[in-house]
Amino acid sequence: MLGRPNLYTSYQQENQLLPTWTQKVVFTLFVAVLFLLPFDLPVISQIPLVRFLGDGDWLLIMSRMLVFAIAALGLNLLSGIGGQVSLGHAFFMGVGACAAVYLGGTSGETTWGHGLPIWVWLPGAGVAAALVGVLVSPVAVRVRGLYLAIVTLGLVFLGLHFGNTSWGTKIAGAPAYGRDFPSLDVRLWKEETPLLDVSSSGRWLWFEVTELQKLYLFMLTLTILFAVVAKNLSRSRTGRALQAIRDRDIAAEVMGVAEFRYKLIAFAVSSFFAGVAGALFAALLERLQVEQFGLFLSVEFIAILLIGGAGTTAGPLIGSFFVVMVPEFVKAFTKWLEAAESGPTEVLAGAMLTDGDDFGIINTAIQTPGWTLSVDAWNIVLFGALIIVFLIAEPLGIFGIWVRIRNYWKRWPFSY
Amino acid sequence: MAPAAGSLRSLDLRRGAPLGFLFGALGAALIFGLVQLANDPALFFQTFMKSLGLGSVYALIALGFVLIFKATQTINFAQGALAATGALFVAFLVQERSVFTGDAIQADRYGHIPFTNLRNPLNAMGGPDWLYWVLSVAIALVFAAAVGLVVERLAIRPMVGEPLFSVAVITLGLEIMFRVFNNDAVVIDFRPVHAPWGLEGFTVGGELINWSFIAAMVTAAAAFVAVYFFYRSRLGIAMRAVAFDQEAAMAQGINVGRVFAIAWAAGAVLAAIGGIFATQPPVDQTLSVDQETANIAFRALPAVILGGLDSVTGALLGGLLVGVAEIYAGQYAAANTSWLGAGYPLIVPYVVMLIGLLVRPYGFFGTPEIQRV
Repeated sequence: MLGRPNLYTSYQQENQLLPTWTQKVVFTLFVAVLFLLPFDLPVISQIPLVRFLGDGDWLLIMSRMLVFAIAALGLNLLSGIGGQVSLGHAFFMGVGACAAVYLGGTSGETTWGHGLPIWVWLPGAGVAAALVGVLVSPVAVRVRGLYLAIVTLGLVFLGLHFGNTSWGTKIAGAPAYGRDFPSLDVRLWKEETPLLDVSSSGRWLWFEVTELQKLYLFMLTLTILFAVVAKNLSRSRTGRALQAIRDRDIAAEVMGVAEFRYKLIAFAVSSFFAGVAGALFAALLERLQVEQFGLFLSVEFIAILLIGGAGTTAGPLIGSFFVVMVPEFVKAFTKWLEAAESGPTEVLAGAMLTDGDDFGIINTAIQTPGWTLSVDAWNIVLFGALIIVFLIAEPLGIFGIWVRIRNYWKRWPFSY
Repeated sequence: MAPAAGSLRSLDLRRGAPLGFLFGALGAALIFGLVQLANDPALFFQTFMKSLGLGSVYALIALGFVLIFKATQTINFAQGALAATGALFVAFLVQERSVFTGDAIQADRYGHIPFTNLRNPLNAMGGPDWLYWVLSVAIALVFAAAVGLVVERLAIRPMVGEPLFSVAVITLGLEIMFRVFNNDAVVIDFRPVHAPWGLEGFTVGGELINWSFIAAMVTAAAAFVAVYFFYRSRLGIAMRAVAFDQEAAMAQGINVGRVFAIAWAAGAVLAAIGGIFATQPPVDQTLSVDQETANIAFRALPAVILGGLDSVTGALLGGLLVGVAEIYAGQYAAANTSWLGAGYPLIVPYVVMLIGLLVRPYGFFGTPEIQRV
């Protein structure tokens, strides 16, 4: 019986987190590599990607990717599993960030804050976002499909406006400027020396760890935690109810699934994820700026779901890696081309780069007015193009590609 | 017993509370309006014309949404980008007539005019400037229609039969892509569209009423009349048939692909017209295309939702309602700006939309989706 895919002898076996031994081993190794990635270890640092992802600035980008993954897991519960398409995920992230800065930030003349420790403000961010999610769900549950997408889109604009009001600036800081965000240090209460120092380099147990490594490990732990919660939720009674609602809501209701209640749960849990991720996102930037939580961020999460594969737990994780890292890879590639001096890379650089007048599509000049766009602008174009191409060519996302590859080898040498 | 009269069905008890709230709010607004009218009739009239002007712009954009939705059953989130693109076409076409600019054509850092390939074929034309402008706009609208056709062919046609939300997300991707190019074209200098009426207008009781308000109203009226007759033409009936049941329409020999293409072309043209008015008062005082122009579509979305995604009448009334709400809130609640926040009129449409959806989840004229298990 060992190793036969799709042969399950009990329901419990089918519903396991990792059904086969291969998966157990591979996943353990993968998680171990993720944890060891920031350190300079003999064998692990030789693995492709891991070779450079573990150092310097890449760690910060990886941390951002992990935060995005938490938010994407939340949106996946609502949209991928529950089928309720939301363009308002950025709004809930913003709510979380504002709640966090209200609880954990410093109080001043122009700002409100209570200076509470992280174990209050991080869950508090999630709870606040979940409460707002419950608050808007009476409207959100009544409307369906594209109407829901637009209602949640409206939330984003309402949230962006919050930073303009006289009472909103007390929490969110001045418009376009924002306010400082509390550090991630873990304190028991408001004491000087933190229990667990995350925001500066130092010693953890016996190891010397830099600030970025600490940040990465902190985010990785949280992401794994949230991924397990999301996976467990999706294979529980709630997850099955949500899938039933997604596939045919009226049929689900006829069968006794309490539609309103489960949609409410989906909104609350997804907002909780978003709130926590929003607080972490602002903590990464060390600054809360309401303008960050705009429509573009929401679209990014929709793209993460679609590119990774909606409705699965692996999908949002793969998707966030893809969506966050590809622009960085493009930037790194451009830098590498720029540095090229001779050989074929130099020819390629001549064809692709320009600093103004010559041929090329990527403008490397500091200011790039007019035609020939900068790398950042091309990255946004690429982002839009990726959404379109994935939706047209592979609606199930990267996870779908993986499933096809896997199935090919499963039945090899037969074609079906 | 089930309620007999169809008109009474909306007075369902469950809807009592939101409906009461709605009528209460409308009554309060009416009384408030009458008081303001008695106070300062000229200001009230100016506000009224302004709100009709804004409402007409919203209605134009909303009509584009509805046309595309009726044919393809999807919301075109790229409508704003198409609007900015269309307005940019106008700006590029008229920028070469020096009578508009009064000085040399704005060149970029390398000494060439961006998008110079877009030569205006009317350059040698004499005659009055307004005629030149109108004809240039006509050419720009042809370009806009072409853009709509290309977008439909490349990105939307392959998605026939896919989930509707996927198509909507594709248009979001298009919006993002278009926006980069549009912003790139306007980031250094604004692109004036040089509408003949400029910032001028006529005064009633000492209050200025811009010609652009009137122009927006006339254009919107013309567009709605055109669509009304279009839906009665052979092609329009085909379009309604496709909206009703795609497969059945196909079985009757209707070319669904062509209907899609025409809907997108028409939607892009309406977006472009809306985009031109989005650079004029009351939407914008700069008279030129800038990075804000593309946001007109997101501001008009509440109008579409309030009216109902598939209703032409809804687009008109929703647009006007949202325009009135936005302008009147901006005019008469300005004393509370600090508490409401700078730029609060911009979110009034969304607040109105949320309240409206509580009462009617499919908008006031939208068709409720009938579901079978």
